[in-house]
Amino acid sequence: MYNPQLNQHGELIHLLSTEGLPARILRQILDKAAGYVAAGEAGEKKHADLAGKSVFNLFFENSTRTRTTFEIAQKRLSADVHSLNIQASSTAKGETLLDTIHNLEAMGADMFVVRHAESGAPFLIAKHVKPGVAVVNAGDGRHAHPTQALLDMYTIRHFKGDFQNLTVAIVGDILHSRVARSQIHALTTLGCPEVRVIGPKTLLPRDVEQLGVQVFHDLNEGLKGVDVVIALRLQNERMNGALLPSANEFNQFYGLSKEKLALAKPDAIVMHPGPMNRGVEIDSAVADGAQSVILDQVTFGIAVRMAVMSILSEARL
Amino acid sequence: MNMLIQNGRVIDPASGFDSVTDLYLDQGRIVAIGAAPAGFKEEITLDAKGLTVMPGLVDLAARLGEPGGEHKNKLQSELKAAVAGGVTTLCAMPDTKPALDQPSLVQMLRQKTEALGLARVLPLGALTRSLEGTELTEFAKLREAGCVAFSQADAPLADTRVLYRAMQYAATYGIALRLRPQDVCLAAGGVAHDGQVATRLGLPAVPAVAETVAIATIVILMRDSGACVHLERISTQEGVAMIAAARADGLKLTCDVSINHVHLADTDIGYFDSNMRLSPPLRSVRDRDAIQQGLLDGTITAICSDHTPVGNDDKLLPFGEAAAGATGLEILLPLVLAWAEQKQIALPIALAKITSAPAMLLGLEAGQIKVGAPADLCIFDAHATWRVAAETLISNGKHTPFVGVELRGRVQYTLVGGHIAYTEPGAA
Repeated sequence: MYNPQLNQHGELIHLLSTEGLPARILRQILDKAAGYVAAGEAGEKKHADLAGKSVFNLFFENSTRTRTTFEIAQKRLSADVHSLNIQASSTAKGETLLDTIHNLEAMGADMFVVRHAESGAPFLIAKHVKPGVAVVNAGDGRHAHPTQALLDMYTIRHFKGDFQNLTVAIVGDILHSRVARSQIHALTTLGCPEVRVIGPKTLLPRDVEQLGVQVFHDLNEGLKGVDVVIALRLQNERMNGALLPSANEFNQFYGLSKEKLALAKPDAIVMHPGPMNRGVEIDSAVADGAQSVILDQVTFGIAVRMAVMSILSEARL
Repeated sequence: MNMLIQNGRVIDPASGFDSVTDLYLDQGRIVAIGAAPAGFKEEITLDAKGLTVMPGLVDLAARLGEPGGEHKNKLQSELKAAVAGGVTTLCAMPDTKPALDQPSLVQMLRQKTEALGLARVLPLGALTRSLEGTELTEFAKLREAGCVAFSQADAPLADTRVLYRAMQYAATYGIALRLRPQDVCLAAGGVAHDGQVATRLGLPAVPAVAETVAIATIVILMRDSGACVHLERISTQEGVAMIAAARADGLKLTCDVSINHVHLADTDIGYFDSNMRLSPPLRSVRDRDAIQQGLLDGTITAICSDHTPVGNDDKLLPFGEAAAGATGLEILLPLVLAWAEQKQIALPIALAKITSAPAMLLGLEAGQIKVGAPADLCIFDAHATWRVAAETLISNGKHTPFVGVELRGRVQYTLVGGHIAYTEPGAA
């Protein structure tokens, strides 16, 4: 099967998922991001990579953080940035997703950054845009959030050097998490030998071990000796009902506390894709503690998104 | 009008007959096989040399789009598609707009289909009013109007008491029910099989237990009520095993499967291909293999097209938002032929699943080639290959998982009651 993210030269033309991408492309993105980080530290924030390009941010689902970091990244690359609040406009009038896309293409769009509640929506868009128009998935349903996973990979590489000897634990609601799926694919592609997922059976998708992970239901067991702990956000609507009895019980058994973190390696780092529910999946003592790199993730996120969009703009037709 | 069909390879799946011979038709029926009856003088001779002559297909489930699609003349397009696919009898699903829940609607559908003179249409009545799952329809009156069985189609029937009452009431009149075994709550929100593919793609899932729990409920209620039930569109290995066990235990339980589920599995969804969005969802490869086995061992009675025309606006959407369903009438036969070829199944055995077996289930004379049977025939070129393409399909529905696939076997003529209802453009 052809890979819709690559062109015939093997170059990235859309970023839809971390699944199925060669390690070479993932490393290219991380290396390029490192360049922007270094330049930023040297006081050079503004770049001309996307000068003259029209980038549309289409958020069919709410987001504050991801959208803001994309906008900052686009402006640092000198793009013409257009952010549309889709829920309030076209789809409410009955326009289909592809009609919206074709209209914006007619206005000269060069790139779409898309967030959508339906898994696979960015694939549908990528299949129907004109050649040369790039699509970046900013989160689709439960499926993928590749820029988040890449900034997580950047953060891990920054603090741990490489992936070859790491054990990474992802804790919490794996079932509904596009972040977890993208992290798992990125980690396994980059050579991480052991990826663990930890959660109750109601929050783990069926056959998840076939993604190349080890399944733990006991947080204490799962955290033993790990180098990286990633806590996932537990959405409010999952906290009560048939999936979980209460946020409180979840916190007691799967929340990241100082005591539980002590089971991991002493130099383990703690990550969270945000926004955090303090006292649910992560305690404040951990979120604000010495091992937390959560704010570094946010900082690196801008450089990684700059790298993705710059690389996409360079692809040959 | 009488007709001689000469030199065709005649296959009668019911008897296993498979030989090159001649068929003699008169007054809409087969009057002789091999030698002409005394005084027979054919008015039309159809040269079937190099072609295969089989009973017209009997399709247990197709959606014709009427009532509801009159402005697009859907009844005509879908019935033309049926005869182009060699289908001479089909059961029309009741999930129309409005649903087939009143005798007048059923009568109108029958009148319109008879006037068209294409395939024979056997309406399935809606099990509940407007398919809302709460009030029973007038089974007995609807049967008088022409309904051969009653189905809830894919509409939810959440209330087990309504199901129980429906079975008791149907049993009173000896009326047959068609039930899609799917537990509404367990399937809620799901769009793909609960397995490795849905996990990878992040698609909300329908677990296999949604089917098996429903089968268990139906089997228990059947034993209690004495209802006659046929299960529609089985999709899981465990489901097939449960039906086999119930049958071995003496229960008269039959079932069918869609042709899509004979060939495909969730692994065919690829990158969210909405043509693969079907109901029930495509299951695992293991489930698909169990379905093929169930067909061979007789647990699964018939293969149907589950023909469901879906427009572009409803299909060119993200996978989970796309309407479920695929066009199927025109590709049912070649896909059954492909199955037979892939699995080295004798043609009469494979073809029985789309002719004699569903005909017997419906209590029809059709579905076989024997003296006295209606001259409902499908004459096809078993060697002709063709590529499935939206622009060449006659049906209003252009979406199928098999778009772009090259298939072998092309219908040349379809006869309904002895008259030629379809001739392939270019047929001699």
